[in-house]
Amino acid sequence: MATVRLSFSPAPVHVRTARLVGVAVARRAGVREDLLDEVRLAIGEACTRAVALHRQYGLADPVLVEMSDAGQYAVRVIDRAPIEAGIGLAALPPDELADESLTDEALTTGVGFALLAGFVEDLQVRPVDEGIGTEVRMVWPVGR
Amino acid sequence: MELSLATRTVGEHTVLEVGGEVDVYTAPRLRERLLELIDGGARHVVVDLGRVDFLDSTGLGVLVGALKRLRSAGGSFALVCDKEPLLKIFRITALDQVFPLHPTVDAAVAAGPTGAGA
Repeated sequence: MATVRLSFSPAPVHVRTARLVGVAVARRAGVREDLLDEVRLAIGEACTRAVALHRQYGLADPVLVEMSDAGQYAVRVIDRAPIEAGIGLAALPPDELADESLTDEALTTGVGFALLAGFVEDLQVRPVDEGIGTEVRMVWPVGR
Repeated sequence: MELSLATRTVGEHTVLEVGGEVDVYTAPRLRERLLELIDGGARHVVVDLGRVDFLDSTGLGVLVGALKRLRSAGGSFALVCDKEPLLKIFRITALDQVFPLHPTVDAAVAAGPTGAGA
């Protein structure tokens, strides 16, 4: 059961709000102070990815963020985009990052995934249980 | 904190001081300013991230875009950053191998337009 649920229309301006809420709940849950920057970045990246997918597919549905602190701090960011768009994430090798042929969108997606994978030890990206969409699930230990 | 942008000239370098949060909402303003500078003739650009307290993949994408544009125009692009949380972002994404990164503006300028050296 989620401690805090946040649902926001898929606009870039709301991603900051999601980050602020996510970090506030993490702090309250007892996540170590030195992990909070990573929590902030990871929640931001997951929400940015969801917003980008909703805009790409013209979806007005809200992005859902669920935060739960039962024993550990778990955050789920749920989008409603077709699954084939969401799962095919891959980090880019360094020699391709500055490649002229790489589009800005592909670069940002690849870098965003590298940040998620690099900062979140316990990360899952999987189809939602019901309906269309992907869930990015991130878990951090709590220090209590 | 909102995005702040300020430009100054040091020798043949144009230094763009960035402050606040660079994310999916504010990165388009950073992109616009960099394009204005490049279209206005700046060829050796140093972006000072010293007062940035948040940087995400969208912001990194804008910086890579400016690097590519300047390189193809025969110019140079370097970053100033000495904050460990930001440096970690560059390491994790392997972008530390793409950007010349300097601890201070003086070091970036001293490295010269090629971006190499100290």
